[in-house]
Amino acid sequence: MMSFLNNYAYYIGAFGLISIGLYIILVKRNLIKVIIGLGILDTGVNLFLIAVGYVTKGTAPIFSRPGINPARMVDPVPQALVLTAIVIGVGVLALALSLAIRLYQHYGTLNLRKIREQKW
Amino acid sequence: MRRVLSILLLLVLVVGISLSLAKIPFGVTKTKVGRHYVDQGVRETGATNIVTSVVLSYRGFDTLGEVTVLFISAVGLGAVLTGAAIGKKRKVRAASVILTTGCRLLFPLILTFGTYIFVHGHLTPGGGFQGGAIIASGFLLVYLGCRERRINRTASSVTESLGGLLFVIIGLLGITLGGYFLSNFLPKGVPNALLSAGIIPIIYIAIGFKVGSELASIIDNLIEES
Repeated sequence: MMSFLNNYAYYIGAFGLISIGLYIILVKRNLIKVIIGLGILDTGVNLFLIAVGYVTKGTAPIFSRPGINPARMVDPVPQALVLTAIVIGVGVLALALSLAIRLYQHYGTLNLRKIREQKW
Repeated sequence: MRRVLSILLLLVLVVGISLSLAKIPFGVTKTKVGRHYVDQGVRETGATNIVTSVVLSYRGFDTLGEVTVLFISAVGLGAVLTGAAIGKKRKVRAASVILTTGCRLLFPLILTFGTYIFVHGHLTPGGGFQGGAIIASGFLLVYLGCRERRINRTASSVTESLGGLLFVIIGLLGITLGGYFLSNFLPKGVPNALLSAGIIPIIYIAIGFKVGSELASIIDNLIEES
C-alpha cells in the first residue's frame, strides 16, 4: 500500500485536481466559480505532465556546475510543455474574466441559469 | 438531476483514465528525445539550462506560437473591455502610508529581480516568461500602493511590439545566415558564461520585455475598464 502511494501519489493528486475542476465546471452556476474550476483543471493537467517526466531521485535539468550526472536528470520535454501550458492558461483565464465582467455589466448577474433565461 | 448526471459522468471518466494511468510507470525515463536533449543539449545549443534550450532552440517555433497566443488574448481582453466603464467615475481611496512606502521601496527591486531572471534564463531556472511575470507583479504592486499612478499605454504597447518584432527578425535572420528559421547563427561561446548560447539570451530578453508589458497592460485593462 505504501509503495503504491509512493509511486502514484502525484498521479492521484493530479487526477484529483482534474476531477475537482471538472465537477466545478459541470455543476456550479456562478460564472466566477466556473472560471476558478477551469484554473484548478489547468493546474491538475500541469501537475500530471510534470509527474510523467519525473525520474526517481532526479535533479533539475540544469548543468549549473560541473560534475552533474546527466543520467539522473528529469525529462526536460514535459517541463517545456508545461511552461507553454501555464502561459496559455493565464491568457485563457484573463480572457474568460474579461468576458465575465462584460456579462455582469450586461445582465446584472453572474448566475448562468438566469443569464440563459433572459432575452438578449 | 444535473448534479447526479455530472457525478456519473465524472465516475466514468475517473475509472477510464485511472485504468490507463495505472499502466504508466512512475519515476523512470520514458522518452528517447528527452535523453537526447539532456545528453547533447549543452553541446548543440550552448545553454546549460536544458529546459531553455528545448523551449527556444529545439522548439523555438512552438514558443513563437505561444507568444502569439498570449498577445492575442491580451488584445482580445482589451477589445472586450474597451468602453466598458464609459461615464463612470470610480472613487479611489488612497492607500495607507505603509503600503505606499513599501511599494516605492520594492518596485525597483522587483524590476531588477525580474530582469535578472530573464537575462540569466539560459543559465539558471527561469527565463523570459517567468521574468516577465515578476515584472508585471511589480506593476500590480504599484497599482495597489500608489493608486493614482498609471502605466503609459503607448510605451507598453511599443515595448510589446518591439519584443515580438525582435523575435521574428532574429528568426528570419536565421533563414539568411543559418539556413532555417530560428537557427542559432551566433557563436555558442563557453557554457555557463553570461554571453553564451548564441541567440537564446537575446530572444529571452525580447520575450521578457514582451510578456512583462503584456501582463502589465492586462492588469491595467482589468483595473481601469471594469
